[in-house]
Amino acid sequence: MAVAEQAHKVTNTDKASAVPPPAPRKPDSPVMSAVPESAAPELAPDPGKYETIGDVTATDPVLTVRDCNVYYGDNHALQHVNLDVGRNQVVALIGPSGCGKSTFIRCLNRMNDTIDTARVTGELKLHGEDINSRETDVVLLRARVGMVFQKPNPFPKTIYENVAYGPRLHGLASNRAELDEIVHGSLQRAGLWDEVKDRLDDAGTGLSGGQQQRLCIARTIAVNPEVILMDEPCSALDPIATAKIEDLIDELAQNYAIAIVTHSMQQAARVSQRTAYFHLGKLIEVDQTDKVFTNPSHKLTEDYVTGRFG
Amino acid sequence: MSDQPDMNEFSARSPDTLERVRVGLAARYRRERRFRMYGLMSTCLGLLFVLFLFVSIISNGYTAFWQTQVRLEIDFDAQLIDPDGTGDAKIIGSANFDKLVRTAVGQLFPEVTDRRGRRSLNRLMSAGAGFELREMTLADPALIGTRQTLWLPADDEVDMLIKGYIDRDVPEGSRRIKDQQILWVDALIADERIERQFNTDFFRLGDSREPELAGIGGAIKGSFFMLVVTIALSFPLGVAAAVYLEEFAPKNRWVDVLEVNINNLAAVPSIVFGLLGLAVFINFFGLPRSAPLVGGLVLTLMTLPTIIIASRAAIKSVPPSVRQAALGVGASQMQTVFHHVIPLAMPGMLTGAIIGMARALGESAPLLMIGMIAFIVEVPGTPLEPSTALPVQIYLWADSPERAFVERTSAAIMVLLAFLLVMNGAAIWMRKRFERRW
Amino acid sequence: MQLSTLLLILIAMAVISFMLGRRRSIAVAGGYGSIRKLHSLPKYYGYYVAIWCGLPGVLLILLWLSVSESLIMSQVIASLPSELRELPESQLGLVVNDIKNLAAGQFINEQRGADVAVAAELYSSLQASARWILSGLMIAVGLVGSAYAWTRLQPRLRARNQVEGIIKVGLILASTVAILTTVGILLSVLFEAVRFFQKVPFTDFLFGLTWSPQTALRADQVGSSGAFGAIPLFAGTLLISAIAMVVAMPIGLMTAIFLSEYASSRVRAWVKPILEILAGVPTVVYGYFAALTVGPLLGDIGALLGLNVASESALGAGLVMGIMIIPFVSSLSDDVINAVPQAMRDGSYGLGATQSETIKHVILPAALPGIVGGGLLAVSRAIGETMIVVMAAGLAANLTANPLEAVTTVTVQIVTLLVGDQEFDSAKTLAAFALGLVLFIVTLLLNVVALQVVRKYREQYE
Repeated sequence: MAVAEQAHKVTNTDKASAVPPPAPRKPDSPVMSAVPESAAPELAPDPGKYETIGDVTATDPVLTVRDCNVYYGDNHALQHVNLDVGRNQVVALIGPSGCGKSTFIRCLNRMNDTIDTARVTGELKLHGEDINSRETDVVLLRARVGMVFQKPNPFPKTIYENVAYGPRLHGLASNRAELDEIVHGSLQRAGLWDEVKDRLDDAGTGLSGGQQQRLCIARTIAVNPEVILMDEPCSALDPIATAKIEDLIDELAQNYAIAIVTHSMQQAARVSQRTAYFHLGKLIEVDQTDKVFTNPSHKLTEDYVTGRFG
Repeated sequence: MSDQPDMNEFSARSPDTLERVRVGLAARYRRERRFRMYGLMSTCLGLLFVLFLFVSIISNGYTAFWQTQVRLEIDFDAQLIDPDGTGDAKIIGSANFDKLVRTAVGQLFPEVTDRRGRRSLNRLMSAGAGFELREMTLADPALIGTRQTLWLPADDEVDMLIKGYIDRDVPEGSRRIKDQQILWVDALIADERIERQFNTDFFRLGDSREPELAGIGGAIKGSFFMLVVTIALSFPLGVAAAVYLEEFAPKNRWVDVLEVNINNLAAVPSIVFGLLGLAVFINFFGLPRSAPLVGGLVLTLMTLPTIIIASRAAIKSVPPSVRQAALGVGASQMQTVFHHVIPLAMPGMLTGAIIGMARALGESAPLLMIGMIAFIVEVPGTPLEPSTALPVQIYLWADSPERAFVERTSAAIMVLLAFLLVMNGAAIWMRKRFERRW
Repeated sequence: MQLSTLLLILIAMAVISFMLGRRRSIAVAGGYGSIRKLHSLPKYYGYYVAIWCGLPGVLLILLWLSVSESLIMSQVIASLPSELRELPESQLGLVVNDIKNLAAGQFINEQRGADVAVAAELYSSLQASARWILSGLMIAVGLVGSAYAWTRLQPRLRARNQVEGIIKVGLILASTVAILTTVGILLSVLFEAVRFFQKVPFTDFLFGLTWSPQTALRADQVGSSGAFGAIPLFAGTLLISAIAMVVAMPIGLMTAIFLSEYASSRVRAWVKPILEILAGVPTVVYGYFAALTVGPLLGDIGALLGLNVASESALGAGLVMGIMIIPFVSSLSDDVINAVPQAMRDGSYGLGATQSETIKHVILPAALPGIVGGGLLAVSRAIGETMIVVMAAGLAANLTANPLEAVTTVTVQIVTLLVGDQEFDSAKTLAAFALGLVLFIVTLLLNVVALQVVRKYREQYE
C-alpha cells in the first residue's frame, strides 16, 4: 500500500503552487476544448499528461481505470484519468460543472455508447475484465454495473413493473413468486417498501421526487449489480429526500461498490470514503475524503472545497 | 435494518445472477437482431416504393417528350389556299390545308390509288399537320405558291409504333395500326423521312382528343393562375392571422376555439373544400364554373391553415428579447411587430407558404367539384376563362384508352413532380439558408 | 367603367390623400422644424387620411358587388312578360342564364328570342347605369372621407394609434377567415343535406343497404326511384381505409423506430428526405400509379394464385393509399418517439436492456398515446382521400368484406355525383352533400380526438 502510494504520489505539487491561480474562468463554461493550454499552466508541465495527486488505487478493487480518455468529437473531455473503485466503498467524484465527472462514470458502464460522437480510450476493467473492448457484452456489463441518474426517471409503468423490469429482462426470476421476492427485497432495501407496499400497481411517475429516485435505486439493485454508479442522484431533490438517499447509500455501501457524482461537498463528505476532484477533464486529486476536505494537496482542490469557485 | 440477513443472502447470489443473465443472452440478441431487421426492412420497403413509383412513371412517360415527325414536300398551292390572291386572312384561314398534307403524302406513294388505301395512307399523318400549315401560312403569306420541305407531326399510332409500344407480332386485328400502314412507315424510315423531335407542342397546346395534339400548356397556365390567386390571398391572410394570434390575441375561450379550429381545418379532407367552393362561390356568389379564380379561392381556404400554422411557428421562434428591445426604445407594439418580428420570421413564413403552394399545386379533388374537369382546348388568357389544372389534366388523360395518352399522362406527371421538386427544394434551401439559432 | 379601373382610381385617390395628409400634418405642426409637436410621425397622418379616403370606397364596392346583381336581375325579371315570369324556378333560372349570356355577347338558343333580347338589353343598360352610379358614389365618398380627415388633422390627433387600431381590426378579420371557412363548410353542406333528407328519409340514408343513385329517365326503368342507402359506401370506405392502415401503420412505425433509434445520423439525413418525397407526391399520381401499375400487377399475381382479383379491387386502392400514408405515419411517430425523454432510454440501458427491449418495453408504451393520436389522424386522411379511390376503386357499390372485389367509397360517390350535370333539385346531386356532411363530421371528430390526444401527450413531456 505504502509503496503504491509512493508510486502515485505526484511530485509537481511545489511547482503547481508556485504559479499563480488559474485565470478567472466561468467554471461552468461548457466548451472545454476552448481552454488554451496556457490558461492552466499549473496543471502539469506537459498538459497532456497530468499526474493525479494522491492514491488512485484501492484495496480489493472492483473497477480499475487506467489512462482513460473521452473525446466528444474533437473535444478532449476527459484526459488521462486513473482511478480505482474498491469493494464496499463509496467514491465521491466532485468538481465544477463540465469537469468530466459524469463523463467518467458513464464510461464505467459504457453509457457513452449512446452518444454518437463520444469515443472512449484507455484501460477500464471490471474484476480484471475489459469494459471498453469491442467484445465486451454491454448488456452483461450493465447488469453488473448499475446506474442511477441525475433526474429520477421511472418508466411510465406501475411501481411493481418498474422494479420488475430489470429482473424480467435478464430472466432473473423463474416464476412469479421469485419475482415478487426480488421486487419486495429491492424496495425494502431502497427504503421504499413501507411507503408503497399498498400501491404497487400505481404508476411510478405518481410518486414524489425523492420516492421516485429511491424507486430508481430499487430498480437498479433489483438486477443485483456489483457496482452502482450514481450521477448526482440528489440534485433534483429537497433536503429531506436527500437525507433519505444518503442514508440509503450508506447502507448500500455494505454490499456494493459505489461511485457517486455530486455537486454538494457536504454530501461527498457525508457518504464517501474516498473523494476524487476533477477539473477541466483532468483528475486533479484523489484521497481519503476527510483528507481532501480538511487538507487538500492541490491549490485547485483547496479553492474548490473552500468554495472559492465552482 | 431488520432484514440484514436476507440482504446478505441476496448478494451472495451474485454469481448465480450473472449465470442467469448469461443464459438468456443469446436469445435476447436474436430478438434484438430480428427487431432491427424488421426496422431495416420497413425502411427499405419505403425506399423501394419511392423507387418503384418513379421508375414506373418515368419509364412510361419519358418518350412523350419526343414526337415522331415526317418530312414532307408541301406544295403551298395558291390555287387551293387563296385562288384570287386576296391575301385576306379570313380566306387563307378557311382554306383546306389538310389537302396539302394529303397531296404530299400521296406523292410519296403514287402506287396507292384506291380510296380505302388513300384514306389509310392519309391516316399516317396527324390532324395537326394541317393546323400547323395553316398557322405557318397565316404568319407568312409569302409561302403561298412555294414548295417547302417540312417536318410535320405523324399520327399517334405511328408515333407509338416508332417508339416501340406496338408489337408487330400481334395479329393485325388486335392492333390499331394495319400491316399496310406498317409497311409504309418502314418505307418512310428507309427513306429517312421519319425522325423523333423534341415535342414542343406538348408544352404549348391545350387538351385535345388527338393524343399528338394534346398538351399541358393550358393546364399549366390554369394552374399558374390558380397559384397566383392562392398566394396573393392566402399569404397575406395567413400571416395576418398568425400575427394576430401570436402577438395580439388575448388568452381567452374565443382564441382557443380559433386555434383548435385552425388545427382541425388543416386536417379536413380536401374534397370537402370542393363542396364549400361549389355551394358558396359558384351557387351562392354566382362565380363562373371551371374558372381558375374559383379554384384559387378554394385552394386559398385549403392552404390557409397550413400557412397560419407555419407562420405562427416562425413568429414563435423570434426570441422575446427582440420584442423587448424594440418596445424598450419606445416602439409601439404594432411597430415592433412590423419592423422586427415579421422581417425576422419572414423566411420561416415564406418556407411555409411555398410548402402550402406545393400542396395546392398537386391538389385535384376540390377542383373536380368546381368544374375544372371540363374538356378545354383553348389555353386560358385570364383567371376568369374556363380552364383545367395540371393534376386534373393528369386525371382526365388517365382515363383515355389510347396508348399515346398513357405516355402523355406519365409525362405530365413528370412535369408536375418537377415543379413540386423545385418548390420543395426552394423551401428546403430557404430553411437552410436563413435558419437562425438564437 | 370596369371594376379594375374603379379600383385603380380608388388607389390613386388614396395615394394622393396620403401625400396631402402628410404635407398638411407638417403644415399644422408649423413646418419641418416643429414636427416634434405632432403626436405621431407625419406619415401616420398621411395613412390616416388615406384610410378615410379609401376604406369607405372599398366597403362600398363590396356592398355593391354583393347586392347589385340580384337587385338588377329582380328588376329585369319584373319587366319580363308574365308567361316567362311565372315559369317554375328551375326554368326561370335558364331564362336568366340566357339573358346574361346574351348580354355578355354570346349566342343563345333562339327559342324565346325577342323577349329575352329585350330583357338582355335592359339588363345591360341597368348594369351600365349601376356602374356609373357606383363610380360617382365611390369618388364622392372618397372625397368626403379625405376632406373629413383633413379637417381633423391637428398636432394632438393620435394618428398612429388610430391607424394601428384599424390594422389590428384587419388582423382580427384575417384570423376569423378560418372560422368562417369552417362555418361556411358546415352551413353549405348542411343546407343541401337537409334538402336531401327532405326527399330521402334520414334512416334510409344511414341504414339502407342499397346504393344506386342514378334516377332513371323513364319511370318504368329498373331502380327508377334511385336508392340512397349509404351502408355499402361506408363499408367500402372502411375496408379500403383498413387495408391502408394495415400497410401504413407497421411500416411507418417500424421505419420511424429504425430511423430514430438505429440508423446513424448520415443514413437518417439521406433516407428521411427521400421518404418525405412520398408525402409530397400528389394523390392524383398515386391514383394513376394504382390504376396503371398496381391494379394489373395484383391481377397477375391473383391469376398465378388462382384468385379472381377485380381490376379495380379494394386491395389495390388500399395498398396504394397505405403507401401514401407511410410517410405521414412515420413522421408523426418520429416526432412522438423523439419526444420520449432520453432519461427514459438511459434508465433502461443502464439496467442492461438491449435496444429492442428498450424500444418495446419503455419507448413504445411511453409513446403510445402519441402514436394512437397519429394513427387516428392517418385514418382520417385515409377516409377523406379522394383521387386514389376515384381512379382505382371503381363505382360498384358492393357490400362485401372481400378485398379482392371492387367497392366504392364516400369520396368516390361525391365526385361521381357532382362531376357532370348538376341539378340542385334532384336527390342525386343533393346526396353528394349528405355524404359530404357525413365525411366532414366523421373526419372532424377523428381530428379533434386525435389532436387532443397528441397535445396531451406532448404536454406530458414538456
